[in-house]
Amino acid sequence: MSVRRLSREQPASFAFSEATQADIQFWLGKFPTNRRQSAVIPILWRVQKQEGWVSEPALRATAELLGMAYIRVLEVATFYTMFNLEPVGRTLIQVCGTTPCALRGAGEVMDVCRSKIGPKNQLSPDGLFTWQEVECLGACVNAPMAQINDYYFEDLTAASMAQIIDDFAAGRDPQPGPYIDRANSAPVGGPITLTEPSLFDGSRARKVELPNRVQPEPAA
Amino acid sequence: MPKAKVNGVEVEFEAGMSVLQVAELAGEEIPRFCYHERLSIPGNCRMCLVEVKPGPPKPQASCALPASDNQEITTNSPMVKKAREGVMEFLLINHPLDCPICDQGGECDLQDQATGYGRDDSRYALNKRAVEEKQMGPTVKTIMTRCIHCTRCVRFMAEIAGQQEVGLLNRGEDAEISTYLETAVSSELSGNINDLCPVGALTHRPWAYNYRPWELKKVEGVDVHDALGSNVVFQVRGAEVMRVLPRINDAVNEEWLSDKSRYAIDGLMRRRLDRPYVRRGGKLQEASWAEAFEAVAAKLGDSSPDRVGVIAGDLQDAESMKAALDLFGGAGVPNLDCRQDGAQIGGGPREAHLFNTTVLGLEEADAILLVGTNPRLESPVLNTRIRKAWFLNNARVGLIGEAADLTYPVEHLGETHRAFEEAAGWGHPFAEALRGARRPAIIVGGGALARPDGGALVRAAAQAAQAFDVVREGWNGWNVLHTAASRVGGLDMGFLPRGGGMGAKAMMGAAGQGGLDVLFLMGADELDTRAIGPDTFVIYMGTHGDAGASRADVILPGAAYTEKPGTWVNTEGRVQFASRAVFPKGEAREDWAILRALSERLGATLPYDSIGALREKLISDHPAFGQVDYVPTGRPLDLSLVGLDGTPSDEPLRSPVTNFYMTNPIARASLTMADCSAVRVQAPVPMAAE
Amino acid sequence: MPGILEDKDRIFTNLYGLHDPMLAGARQRGAWNATADILSMGRDWVITQVKNSGLRGRGGAGFGTGLKWSFMPKVVGERPHYLVVNADESEPGTCKDREILRHDPHLFIEGCLIASFAMQANTCYVYIRGEYVREREVLEAAVAEARRERLIGPGNIHGWDFELHVTHGAGAYICGEETALLESLEGKKGLPRLKPPFPAGSGLYGCPTTVNNVESIAVVGEIIRRGSAWFASFGRPNNTGTKLFCVSGHVERPCNVEEAMSIPLRQLLEDHCGGVRGGWNNLKAVIPGGSSVAMIPAEQCQDVLMDFDALRDLKSGLGTAAVIVMDKSTDLIRAIARIAYFYKHESCGQCTPCREGTGWMWRVMERMAAGQAEMHEIDMLLDVASQIEGHTICALGDAAAWPIQGLFRHFRHEVEDRISSYRSGKPHVQGATLLAAE
Repeated sequence: MSVRRLSREQPASFAFSEATQADIQFWLGKFPTNRRQSAVIPILWRVQKQEGWVSEPALRATAELLGMAYIRVLEVATFYTMFNLEPVGRTLIQVCGTTPCALRGAGEVMDVCRSKIGPKNQLSPDGLFTWQEVECLGACVNAPMAQINDYYFEDLTAASMAQIIDDFAAGRDPQPGPYIDRANSAPVGGPITLTEPSLFDGSRARKVELPNRVQPEPAA
Repeated sequence: MPKAKVNGVEVEFEAGMSVLQVAELAGEEIPRFCYHERLSIPGNCRMCLVEVKPGPPKPQASCALPASDNQEITTNSPMVKKAREGVMEFLLINHPLDCPICDQGGECDLQDQATGYGRDDSRYALNKRAVEEKQMGPTVKTIMTRCIHCTRCVRFMAEIAGQQEVGLLNRGEDAEISTYLETAVSSELSGNINDLCPVGALTHRPWAYNYRPWELKKVEGVDVHDALGSNVVFQVRGAEVMRVLPRINDAVNEEWLSDKSRYAIDGLMRRRLDRPYVRRGGKLQEASWAEAFEAVAAKLGDSSPDRVGVIAGDLQDAESMKAALDLFGGAGVPNLDCRQDGAQIGGGPREAHLFNTTVLGLEEADAILLVGTNPRLESPVLNTRIRKAWFLNNARVGLIGEAADLTYPVEHLGETHRAFEEAAGWGHPFAEALRGARRPAIIVGGGALARPDGGALVRAAAQAAQAFDVVREGWNGWNVLHTAASRVGGLDMGFLPRGGGMGAKAMMGAAGQGGLDVLFLMGADELDTRAIGPDTFVIYMGTHGDAGASRADVILPGAAYTEKPGTWVNTEGRVQFASRAVFPKGEAREDWAILRALSERLGATLPYDSIGALREKLISDHPAFGQVDYVPTGRPLDLSLVGLDGTPSDEPLRSPVTNFYMTNPIARASLTMADCSAVRVQAPVPMAAE
Repeated sequence: MPGILEDKDRIFTNLYGLHDPMLAGARQRGAWNATADILSMGRDWVITQVKNSGLRGRGGAGFGTGLKWSFMPKVVGERPHYLVVNADESEPGTCKDREILRHDPHLFIEGCLIASFAMQANTCYVYIRGEYVREREVLEAAVAEARRERLIGPGNIHGWDFELHVTHGAGAYICGEETALLESLEGKKGLPRLKPPFPAGSGLYGCPTTVNNVESIAVVGEIIRRGSAWFASFGRPNNTGTKLFCVSGHVERPCNVEEAMSIPLRQLLEDHCGGVRGGWNNLKAVIPGGSSVAMIPAEQCQDVLMDFDALRDLKSGLGTAAVIVMDKSTDLIRAIARIAYFYKHESCGQCTPCREGTGWMWRVMERMAAGQAEMHEIDMLLDVASQIEGHTICALGDAAAWPIQGLFRHFRHEVEDRISSYRSGKPHVQGATLLAAE
């Protein structure tokens, strides 16, 4: 990671959209009223959803909304790497490059990105794509994988990554999930555990009698 | 008391102390960078690691670890040595080797501790990190590659100065200290972060590359830029005060200093009056002392004492005021005043014009009412105590006067004196707080005092104080916050109109209408001297070519506060001595000596020919001056004697200080203060994008 | 039957998301069964059950969950109690909590209720890593569903007022450290706090707080329903229960699987994952508990049991039970260099040894991976690692040091060979695709 700085070019202003404002109320509702600052990460994330990135006027707007000093919001924005401080492409591809993915070919996936989109961390010439190498995304048994916009595209190969990029470029809507024949994190070829039918036939919904019942203590 | 063993030596300590403090109690030095007694403890530099038993088999950060009974603390074991060497090595791998050009050199914690606790070689052969320079305003010079991320500056700004402007951006090895978009630090206390910085990352911009610390002579002094009387040390090379640093006095300024007290000293080398002048043919012309005295003596000899006025300015030392008092008062001059702003206070019991809680005691207050004052501008360091009271005691602060950001929550009760009545009503939440307070305090400032109806306002405040029982057994919460360093000394010696004489405002009015023959200004520059009529002969004794000098008929060049031994009494009544750091400029002389010489010329020789003899007279005439560095606490005061009769006007109360950086002739001569004023007051940098 | 755990004993029956994750499906599989009865037994009983089950925290450190709960103040004072669930799953190799959150959210919510009840917390925050968008959406929906059905929320049918709030991070591994998580939850940078004070005394907003891993919480309901003895019957003493294992890297069929603790590593790989790519003899090394633990070489993998104590005896650890398998084609030096880069990237920068040391170690590892380093740098690197380990505020410093120490403990000769061959004009280029970014 290099030093993260605010973009040199900034919009003149920022306003929360109506949808964002509704979201903000939802998030503020989760925290005690005197702890509005707790919502700063979710709200910066909503801002990024709205604009695609987090601009300087948006930082100030967020600070004012939450009663925080500007510098404290800037600290948060620069600390957490999911906040894009510069505009990114409409399709943001974040390829996991950490060891478990690297062991299974993240390098080749990144080669495809490099050849089809360009150097990493840069907006593609057509403005459609940005690709980044990120740290472990927590889907290691489905390695190699990438997060494209919000969702995980798993079990990638050079070919499937190329196809996904082409699909996005063509305005199609490729689906997230594993790109080989498997269900989520089950082994290829189908699960070999959790196949017992009685697990799912409703027998477990029958009220159980708790074991180890001794004299219950008086209700609190 | 619990006991612990430090390297096998048993020490007793107070419960609640940290391992670091206990080790120091036992005489062991614990190296540290991030830890600072007056700031919160982040424990991030890891330099203070020690071995503690019982405890995990790894070194512990002693700054953050509470000491416990029967603990065994080891600071000299191989494990501790290796830990310190390791941390030191990590700090140094990315620290530039630019000590020869670093202003911190010679007083650098990193340098010193590397010598004491580091390895003797470097194993790091890779490239060092370079960090982009950051702008932080006119007082702070940054070379951020040197930063070791101790976050003292961040904590000082957030905790003491109360302005969240500095932060640690990014993370990991890319972490860097910055302000928001590199805007200038706006705090009046910004210079303290340069003191706090343990390395050369933040240094004093105004003094950059001007000196090496080891070549400076250190002289203890007292600050005069506000009425707090901060303890300072003047650091001198040759004839110049190169820098002013705070001297620790927990009862006054702890170890902080405002930017004005610190950086206005370049004003001591500019616009100085370094020889006498006499106005001839409408023009001030250089003159000898003999000529100047001749002109003064001739004019004074011709004038009736009741048509002579003397006004002492804000920076005046007690000795010179005493000499003037003896000279002019002895000659029967009734028009004497040390309150050039026209403050209507003084003359009553001493406690009526003092800051009775004391500065230290203010920390204990749990409800504070500010009346006509903006302590942040009038004494930023004192303001940190109010902030501390808020932070530590949850003290509630109410304000009658102009609303302002004081760096802590303030309940604004109103702009005029009517707020007293409104607040006094039962049920007003702040009034309830004040009434229920264990240690209530009221602070009356120049915004209330220095007005035509000041006496009536003081009366109103005193009545409120009475109603809220602010003065009680063992606690006196009546506080007057003066703005002038000379003020309490002047009031204590009675440098006031006598026998129906005129006060400063009246003198200025009279001088505008030919009612005064001679006006003697002792460093009094906060006056509209253009309003003085042509018939009044103005003698200006002072240091700078400012308002007073420009109208003067005779200029007697005096000594600035660094250039004379002097006594100042701060707003709480604390008598403090300062030593002379450098000699007066050119032909200038110490003020008392000028008056002594003049008295001889006038044939009324003052009965002292040394500063020591003058001080003896001062103390014998006014015993309060004999109690050096002492303030009485909890002294009773009859509040009904405070203030004057009258009806206060509905004029809103405003702080007398509008531009913190321009309050006296020294500050107005200072380029640094001009920079600060330009950046922070006149054109606050918009918080917009670069 | 593959492995040693029978299907009937698996807690996470929808691990693979083949069934309905929402309330109807979850109930069908046994969630929310007798929850009210559990609460009616009182909090001491609940904590006792958890203690008796031998459940150790599933987030990596393996601290006894019941014991941790018992550190909370017995009486609620002026400050409310909080349960905070650490769903900031970011340890390389680990992807188990993700499956719980998106496929068995109700089991998890139920666990939150029971745990909160046991600690007298009326509010629970679930801090999910920012990247887990889908997981968060599913959990939010499940929470809304539970609230609608009055399973949780004020005045719910269980009689313990309980609010569960889902919140998220934004890309910082360090927020998986419990006190950094609390800082992040308070809207600040994720800088770990000094301990003491511990969260049970002063945690979220300065209130008594317990931070638990998702898996630790999600298993609680089943443990109590089936009895602590049932849970304790799996695995070796002090290493009891069932556990989600995440097997990634060079196996034929990487997958998540719930297994009994103390399952032999070889059996885990061969029964569930189709064995090591190219056969057991092609195995080079395994990182058995997420990137933070030291690797163990193939010869130690032969018989090792997957539990806390067995792996600790090998100077490694169970961690999060994320097994990263590396076969003989692996450039171990590059693999560890990439992990070193990860820690450099994720260091919060607060304290000196980690801030400065992780970057130093990564740079030296890169030189070693290319063979450019000097031979003496090996010992220097190990010394630097030892200067970080145990000298930092949180465990990230230790976690950065251990993988490197593990590499040199078992494969020092490879590094030496690499350096020698580079010097003799035979630079080693294998694994170049593992090159880390800067």
